Amino acid sequence: MNKKPIIVVAGNGMVGYKFCEKLISKTTDYQVVVFGEEPRPAYDRVHLSEYFNGKTAEDLSMSPSGWYEANNIQLHLNDVVQEINRTEKTVHSLKGTVQKYDYLVLATGSSAFVPDIPGIEKDGVFVYRTIEDLELISNYAAKSRNGAVMGGGLLGLEAAKALLDLGIKETHVIEFAPRLMPRQIDQPGSAMLQMKLKELGLHIHLNKSTAKIAGDGKIEALEFTDETSLAVDMLVISAGIRPRDELAKLSGLEVGTRGGIVVNDYMQTSDDDIFAIGECALHSGMIYGLVAPGYEMADVVVAKILDSDKSFTGFDMSTKLKLIGIDVASFGDPFINNPDCKIIAFEDTNKGIYKRINISNDGKNLLGGILIGDADDYNILLQNVKNRITLPENPEDLILGARGGAATEGSGVMSLPDDAMICSCESVSKGAICDAVKLDNITSLDGIKKCTKAGTCCGGCVPLVKDLINGTMKESGLYVKNVLCEHFDYSRQELMDLIRMNNVRSYDEALDHYGKGDGCETCKPAVASILSSLWNDLIVKQAPIQDSNDRYLANIQKGGTYSVVPRIPGGEITPDKLIAIGQVAKKYNLYTKITGGQRIDLFGAHVNDLPAIWEELIEAGFESGHAYGKSLRTVKSCVGSTWCRFGLHDSVSFAIEIEERYKGIRSPHKLKGGVSGCIRECAEAQAKDFGIIATDKGWNLYVCGNGGSKPQHALLLASDIDKETLVKYLDRFLMFYIKTADPLARTATWLNKMEGGLSYLKNVIINDSLGICEQLEEEMQGLVDSFHCEWKEVVQNEELRKRFVHFVNAPEEKDPSVDFDPMRDQVKAKEW
Amino acid sequence: MEIAVETLKWILACTTADVPENGGACVKHGDEQIALFNFTRRNEWYATQNLCPHKQQMALSRGMIGSTGEECEPKVACPFHKKTFSLISGECLSGEEYEIKTYPVRIIDDKVYIGIKETA
Ligand SMILES: Cc1cc2nc3c(=O)[nH]c(=O)nc-3n(C[C@H](O)[C@H](O)[C@H](O)COP(=O)(O)OP(=O)(O)OC[C@H]3O[C@@H](n4cnc5c(N)ncnc54)[C@H](O)[C@@H]3O)c2cc1C
Ligand code: FES
Repeated sequence: MNKKPIIVVAGNGMVGYKFCEKLISKTTDYQVVVFGEEPRPAYDRVHLSEYFNGKTAEDLSMSPSGWYEANNIQLHLNDVVQEINRTEKTVHSLKGTVQKYDYLVLATGSSAFVPDIPGIEKDGVFVYRTIEDLELISNYAAKSRNGAVMGGGLLGLEAAKALLDLGIKETHVIEFAPRLMPRQIDQPGSAMLQMKLKELGLHIHLNKSTAKIAGDGKIEALEFTDETSLAVDMLVISAGIRPRDELAKLSGLEVGTRGGIVVNDYMQTSDDDIFAIGECALHSGMIYGLVAPGYEMADVVVAKILDSDKSFTGFDMSTKLKLIGIDVASFGDPFINNPDCKIIAFEDTNKGIYKRINISNDGKNLLGGILIGDADDYNILLQNVKNRITLPENPEDLILGARGGAATEGSGVMSLPDDAMICSCESVSKGAICDAVKLDNITSLDGIKKCTKAGTCCGGCVPLVKDLINGTMKESGLYVKNVLCEHFDYSRQELMDLIRMNNVRSYDEALDHYGKGDGCETCKPAVASILSSLWNDLIVKQAPIQDSNDRYLANIQKGGTYSVVPRIPGGEITPDKLIAIGQVAKKYNLYTKITGGQRIDLFGAHVNDLPAIWEELIEAGFESGHAYGKSLRTVKSCVGSTWCRFGLHDSVSFAIEIEERYKGIRSPHKLKGGVSGCIRECAEAQAKDFGIIATDKGWNLYVCGNGGSKPQHALLLASDIDKETLVKYLDRFLMFYIKTADPLARTATWLNKMEGGLSYLKNVIINDSLGICEQLEEEMQGLVDSFHCEWKEVVQNEELRKRFVHFVNAPEEKDPSVDFDPMRDQVKAKEW
Repeated sequence: MEIAVETLKWILACTTADVPENGGACVKHGDEQIALFNFTRRNEWYATQNLCPHKQQMALSRGMIGSTGEECEPKVACPFHKKTFSLISGECLSGEEYEIKTYPVRIIDDKVYIGIKETA
């Protein structure tokens, strides 16, 4: 009855499945019959190791249950195609089914390559390919103490990590080559990776070739050709793959001398009606052991059957190692060397980072590279290679980040051409994603996943997809919603307005009315900062929603101790106060250091000691320096006209006045100020969030400068103004920033993102273009008037003091894990 | 053949008022440091090891708690580098391969007890 032409698929693995999916999405004119050797429908082999982390076979399944029936696909599981009769055009299965075909697709994949070593048949020797393999491994691991993986490639390392996760205390990796992942990374990269793997607890043996597997019935030791040996209870072999070409060979199809079914650019075997795709196919002498090229092959076959023009012309083998907890990536041509290219390499053995990029000799294009320890830039670098994007002037920025000046131009995702392949697993181009945003108005990641399938397979392109969604929305003038986090669907500014207008006084209230879930480490401090910017309530009262620093009114340091930073306004301090700091530091064994903000930090305080330390400091006339909070740090000053022969005005007095005015006020990020007594600018005021410089007619006010990792000069907001006007402008400026900036945006970033930039800001602050200046001034005055020293309140309040203990059930005891090393007559935290 | 039997021993940690609402505290049990969380918002108590496996810091009790995902999985964020961990399974939710120990908690009247596994 069924008159439809029949397509038979041999092999129900990832690629065989993808072929079915792609075919039925284009046509229902064919009857599809699938044979699969494994007992279950196709599953995600790429994420196989997650089976050990609690994923079930169902979780890993490629299709929802009932998918094959719903799409009229006949699925024979647990059955193997044994024979092809090419003259009759039938296949014969192990269970005796004879099935006619018009087209036959071989997607038989590969099996683990098992080297012919004496003893390989012993119990306790495994391969790592199917769910069944993993079940066997996991059962055996339960009674094993140490294990080894043969092969230090991509899969081998993944298997080794799995053994560790299974509780094998001592796991070894045996690699024949002189380096790990020899097909992907170079020698320095391998050395760095080795260092990191050691930290994970893996033992790596390079240059080792196994001669024999010893043991009585079951494996007991590995014996190597260099006459050393290693006692192990189990072994996982991951020494490469062998294409499953036995069926093809038997049927007289052409196969490669070293395995693989020979195919042309249309994935046709030596028989035009028989195709081969995935890991069993040998194209131009190449077996592709990755899933993305297999999917592309499936696409080519669908096109060929439907008579449209598409061919397979090779595929990028760039890879990123997943799972192991260490970033490793290689892309493009990682190994090309001098003189065929120029190499930029960066190595940081402290953080365990190695990055190498290979650049064309004319400096125009990126050819390939290797990333170890930090592969955040993998996607965008890969895109740069694939699309031959012209490199920025300083290509080293690509791996080091822009150091100073504007962010790197030209390497961003929006500058990619429309046909740039963003998701190579599902072959989704940049154009397709942008169109979905622009034309179909899909603006969420999930939406894009559903509509284009981008990001649904290996997930590697997800960050790029997100950037594309935002970039496209911005370009087409759509509103990019900058939401706080998963719990609040509002930007900081929107939430602040809601909280103010509705007089919300606590985090829980805000969450109940405007959020969902139970909050997190992103929205809690953000809301805490909003609440204190609006109402200036005592910070410790909302302790648990504060960042740990705010919670203990001190900055947590390496090793779990805290730093103590008393306020020293304008950097002016009396000898008595200096002595007091010295005495406290001595008594509590604190490390002291003069900071760039002209004050003195005391490090290494136990949480238990904090109240007593502060009690003594407050006694000596100090106040909290708010170094722990997102708030005003210091207003740095030069000595000014009181002593300096060049000074025009008294910069120190003005700095003290300003610091006293804004101290303790919470803001989206920390704030720093500076006052210089003349144009020599000794206070470096132009590198601060606000900077004040004396002129012969009054003062100049600069705003939105930044030191730190992204230095930016402050811009002149107003010149030659008197003190009173200056304070007024500063009130407005700071309050406007507090009310409109995103969480953790410094003033410089805030201005850089502001549409209209400085001229807009000037208009708001000086010309009152929004008509809000009076309100801003009032709100600021409110905050200034409600200042309180947070430490003073704690010191005086027994209940609050009780919070400063390490153990609730042993309040007297200090954290025994705290440890110091001596250094130059003081102490430093123990290295981590 | 030896059979290991695991039993839970409930140790008295502190009173409910000792742990700040929606916050944590550290409990000493011999040489062990246990982070105890009073998740008032959900009306739940949780306990985990205090040691953050990332840089081996005794810090989780000072971390911020919250939830994530559709299922509202309760979690704690380490104050040092904001690695987050499930308060139920102990799994690291920041995509890394760390895992922390979790302990059952029981409240009787206003006393907080933590269940410690003992192999007999
Ligand atoms: C642990 C692990 C991690 C991996 N990680 C990655 C990764 O991070 N990235 C990546 O790109 N790739 C990865 N891979 C490789 C990826 O899984 C393969 O490239 C992909 O599965 C190949 O798909 P396939 O359909 O060609 O072969 P398979 O998935 O092997 O499917 C072939 C199927 O055909 C069946 N079969 C064989 N012969 C017959 C027959 N005669 N009749 C019926 N059925 C038959 C087999 O039993 C098998 O079920 C990983 C592989 C493993 C094992
Ligand atoms: S020490 Fe906990 S996140 Fe780094």
